[in-house]
Amino acid sequence: MKISIGAVVKGGTSLDYFTGSWRDQRPTIDTEFCKCCGVCEDVCPDSAVHVVDDVYVIDYDFCKGCGLCAYECPVDAIKMTEEEK
Amino acid sequence: MAQKRVLEGSEAVALAVKACRPHVISAYPISPQTHIVEALARMKADGEIESEYVRVESEFSAASVVSGASAAGSRAYTASASQGLLLMTEVLYASVGMRLPFVLTGVNRSISAPITIQVDQQDTVSLRDSGVIQFYVESCQEAYDVHLAAFKVAEDPDILLPVMVCMDGWILTHSYETVSFLEQEAVDRFVPPFNPPNRLDPKDPKTWGSYAEENVLTEFKFAIHDALQKGKDKIREVFAELARITGRDYGGLIEAYRTQGADIVLVAMGSVCGTVKEAVDVLREEGRKVGLVKIRCYRPFPYEDIWSAVRESKVLAVLDANISLGSEGAVGMDLKAKLCGIRNGPIVCDWISGLGGREVNIDTIRRIVGECERVRECGQDISELKWAGLNPALLP
Amino acid sequence: METQAINRRDNLFVSGHRACHGCGMAIAVRHILKATGQDVIVVTPTGCLETFSSPYGYSPWLVPWIHHLFENGPAVASGVAAALKAQGRESCRVVVIGGDGSTFDIGFGSLSGMLERGDDVLYICVDNGAYMNTGGQRSGASPTYSSTTTDPAGAASFGKRQLKKNLPEIVAAHGIPYVATASVAYLKDLQKKVKKAMEYRGPRYIQIDTPCPSVWGFGSDRALEIGRLGVRCGLVPLIEIENGQLKRVRKITDPLPVEDYLKAQKRFRHLFSMPEGGGVVAEIQKQADGNIAKYGLLKRTVDGNAETPP
Repeated sequence: MKISIGAVVKGGTSLDYFTGSWRDQRPTIDTEFCKCCGVCEDVCPDSAVHVVDDVYVIDYDFCKGCGLCAYECPVDAIKMTEEEK
Repeated sequence: MAQKRVLEGSEAVALAVKACRPHVISAYPISPQTHIVEALARMKADGEIESEYVRVESEFSAASVVSGASAAGSRAYTASASQGLLLMTEVLYASVGMRLPFVLTGVNRSISAPITIQVDQQDTVSLRDSGVIQFYVESCQEAYDVHLAAFKVAEDPDILLPVMVCMDGWILTHSYETVSFLEQEAVDRFVPPFNPPNRLDPKDPKTWGSYAEENVLTEFKFAIHDALQKGKDKIREVFAELARITGRDYGGLIEAYRTQGADIVLVAMGSVCGTVKEAVDVLREEGRKVGLVKIRCYRPFPYEDIWSAVRESKVLAVLDANISLGSEGAVGMDLKAKLCGIRNGPIVCDWISGLGGREVNIDTIRRIVGECERVRECGQDISELKWAGLNPALLP
Repeated sequence: METQAINRRDNLFVSGHRACHGCGMAIAVRHILKATGQDVIVVTPTGCLETFSSPYGYSPWLVPWIHHLFENGPAVASGVAAALKAQGRESCRVVVIGGDGSTFDIGFGSLSGMLERGDDVLYICVDNGAYMNTGGQRSGASPTYSSTTTDPAGAASFGKRQLKKNLPEIVAAHGIPYVATASVAYLKDLQKKVKKAMEYRGPRYIQIDTPCPSVWGFGSDRALEIGRLGVRCGLVPLIEIENGQLKRVRKITDPLPVEDYLKAQKRFRHLFSMPEGGGVVAEIQKQADGNIAKYGLLKRTVDGNAETPP
């Protein structure tokens, strides 16, 4: 892949780098308890929580497993479990 | 308005900059550059220019402002000298790497310590590794003309690099000459609006200043070096085009002055060339075969042009108004790098001369030429570094 | 990529960046850009944010972004702002997002110059209190008695002796329209302050406390919790200064003792194992009490965020 002039890069290209490989633990959202408050989506440093058809989902391609979503969830609807390698 | 006026070199430069319509000018004062930025400030205050004029708090910021402006797609200009140029060094390297074009005037002044405001070329020469293109001018007229060319060269889509126009402090900035100016329409045709391939724009978000690893670093540097090498042809074209428009032809990357049949050729940059040309004429009258190569474009280094002019010569006397302490003068070293190993090539004698404003006059040249003739007669292969006019009685 | 497309359009700092697990700064950046909207150009000086967001070929920035050098974020921003003005593109705004190393130390002169000139730049300092990108060396923003790698706690030292430089007040002394401090622990407040700043033209400054799990030494899931503790004990006052006047503060209902904040971080833990550490903690408590008094942080009424200055 040729280098660009002046090393200028198109924005958004980080989506080609799957940081999900960094995980030691993974979050799981229990949709029965989830109140759709959006805190998990707000606090995720990696934008790895999305709303798909009104349901909150984790994007495991990028989730680094930091646990912020689980810790901040006001109703404890997110659990962290060990990532299977 | 085609015009001829007697004016200060600094003002001629300001008028050249004005004619090129930069969007952004940044200014931090340092002798002997101040008259340039002051002239531009007066123009701004009188509403004669529309440029945004940013009065920065250091030269580091002066260079940073024009870099940011360039990345945002605007033509930009700044100027400095000596300590200020050194302070800009980091910024210039980074902007070269990011291929951000702008023009700066490097008003030549010696570098502290001891502190002095007198002229030599240590400051701009010390930036020779950075990738910034460097032009050196001999007169106020040439300063005006070359600033116009500088914007065109910098913004060329195959070049996209900062260009520094180097002019001797006081001798050119503060002396008065008759200077001819081009009509604005002619300048507008010669230097069309800046149109970079990339610019900071929310409509097409791009990222500048990435972190690169060893797998691509070499290629990035090669690409710049390659652009500089290929840029030599483009620079020749731009100078030639300007010569057609103005009727003033200074030559291309170099001016070869009476080098035909010259056994001894002096090599120099900047205003000292005026003196050297006079000395060459005097010595030629006396029957001595001497000539001058005036380097106009120092980076990229025009070794092919120089070689063309000196291939029959026996000795090159390089006047270096700078010294790489612990080694030799920069231009001498650049020449030796290219001529080393050429069979029957000329001997390069490097002369440190003109440091801190020490006068180089016809007698100085005469002594240098005399010494070079002795070198030629001895058939030396290598010449030791020499210091023109050194006063040993002062040494501790 | 598909799920990203469904994701909220206002997310302009996307996945795939290389920030540490649980990085407070990354959260802050997402919310800064939600508040500014996409008609901005962002300048970032060298630091954590620059390094984790710009490996060549992988950029999470959906806004135009430039990293130039360490010392010149404000000056580069001034140049961008001047260019936008010259081009008639002034609806596009300029925002610097830079760390404390650059803002408090090596870029301080550049910042002051930009403020003094009155350039139309919003400067946001994402403050994690050290040169974190390179492992946590001490900066002018490091809190008193924090242990950093160039001013570590040891048998003969409690860590940094000096105060944290009061940059918000220094910035406010330049007479600019808007200065605020914020915390990643209070994201709505953070967004509100950024939006407020965007209403002004001229220089504006926001300093955001962005806890760093990697070097402050706490669990990767605790950045907001640590941020809350910092605010609630008074060590991280949240204030707004408009045209030199203290306008609004975030009140604290029941100030926590500073121990709660300090004990939770490795960078202060030496204070609890060294003899005379208690005396040092008392000094830090005095700092927190001083902030509470100076800025009037104690909540006196039932409602939140009262307008009364101290």
